[in-house]
Amino acid sequence: MSLRLQARNLACERDDRWLFRGLDLDIRAGEIVRVEGPNGSGKTTLLKILSGQLADYEGELFWNEQPMRKSRDAFLANLLYLGHAPGVKAALTPLENLAWYQALAGHAPSEKTRMSALEELGLVGFEDVPAAQLSAGQQRRVALARLSLTPRPLWVLDEPFTAIDRDGVAALERRLVEHARRGGCVLVTTHHELTPCAELRRIRLGGGGANAGI
Amino acid sequence: MPASEGALGKEEAVVRAEPRGGLAVAVWATLKRDLLLLLRRRSEVLNPLVFFAIVITLFPIGISPDPALLAAIAPGLLWVAALLAALLSLDSLFRADYDDGSLEQLLLTPQPLAMLALAKVAVHWLLTGLPLALMAPVLGIMLALPAGSYLVLAVSLALGSASLSLIGAIGAALTVGLSRGGVLLSLLVLPLYIPVLIFGAGAVQAAIFGDSVLAHLAILGALLALALIFAPLAIAASLRISING
Repeated sequence: MSLRLQARNLACERDDRWLFRGLDLDIRAGEIVRVEGPNGSGKTTLLKILSGQLADYEGELFWNEQPMRKSRDAFLANLLYLGHAPGVKAALTPLENLAWYQALAGHAPSEKTRMSALEELGLVGFEDVPAAQLSAGQQRRVALARLSLTPRPLWVLDEPFTAIDRDGVAALERRLVEHARRGGCVLVTTHHELTPCAELRRIRLGGGGANAGI
Repeated sequence: MPASEGALGKEEAVVRAEPRGGLAVAVWATLKRDLLLLLRRRSEVLNPLVFFAIVITLFPIGISPDPALLAAIAPGLLWVAALLAALLSLDSLFRADYDDGSLEQLLLTPQPLAMLALAKVAVHWLLTGLPLALMAPVLGIMLALPAGSYLVLAVSLALGSASLSLIGAIGAALTVGLSRGGVLLSLLVLPLYIPVLIFGAGAVQAAIFGDSVLAHLAILGALLALALIFAPLAIAASLRISING
């Protein structure tokens, strides 16, 4: 089975204003799709619709040729969504935070996997420090550790580069390309300029109904 | 496309046809996480208990220290005060998760949301309802509650507060997206608490008059059974509505 996320004639209205209209998307395995647009152009909304969080939109969504309504469980089992808020509990340590995500994803608890995920993000030595004492960038890294903790083919990332330092950004960018080359798929919003590569596609939002599309 | 990269082997992204199992693992982890979080913020656990104690202390001061009068109103007072104390702590049930983004992650798991929400409510009862039920007999002494009704008071509160947590969680889920949902939550939830209050306080009254308390406790149990079946579904639906807003 291949990976395919499609949207047909997608439209979303907020406060009497069309964020986008008539948007057709076809996202396949091996692609990095970057959603672009100025602030308030509906990037986060589009990502939330595509990850099945918002229901007040027009148009249709398809996962692997099946309507999203029917295949929601299969879709969620393949999805890793990192939102604008990192979803990291300030009172818990990075290890404890990841333990919950590991269990939610249906994986058996394994501290070794969690440690190696943290190691990848350069958080060794901070694994037992409450997240409240970590910097914003380190908290974001805890959230990003889920990328390797719970492998999923479809990544939907909302501003994943926020508060990450320059080396971290380069490493994460390499990680995205690597994921796409392995047959995964990345849907990302960012104001950071991604290095052009064969896998990268762009969707431009903004300008109400007049979408530049892909 | 990168078909040639398939040689990367085991780490290759594989599309899954069906979600994996592991509901028990997820529910257990949610229980453990919420217990740990509340034990690290003890004030949130202690506040309702202190509130309960202070409110009960106010009545002998405000009305009359006459034991006969107090004993007559004690069952109702204890139940109403415990109910308000439980309500007080409900607002924070989903709020922290909503603010830090874990709630949307909870909604995006392939596990049934109702079961995970039930785990959160169970923790709320364990650290609010149950301590209130255990504390109530001590405060009963202050209100000159007749001997012989203490055990019934604790049991009725333990049973009833579980229903209160479940029903209240629906309101908490509905108001989690609102910045000041506290008052609205009370208005939504308090009318629904009335049946539990009637039979809870009724059980204690019956114990005082020497009647059989089993009927009251059985109805409290039936209410809890109903709440256990329907509330998790309602909580899950309410959370989805709140996240949509």
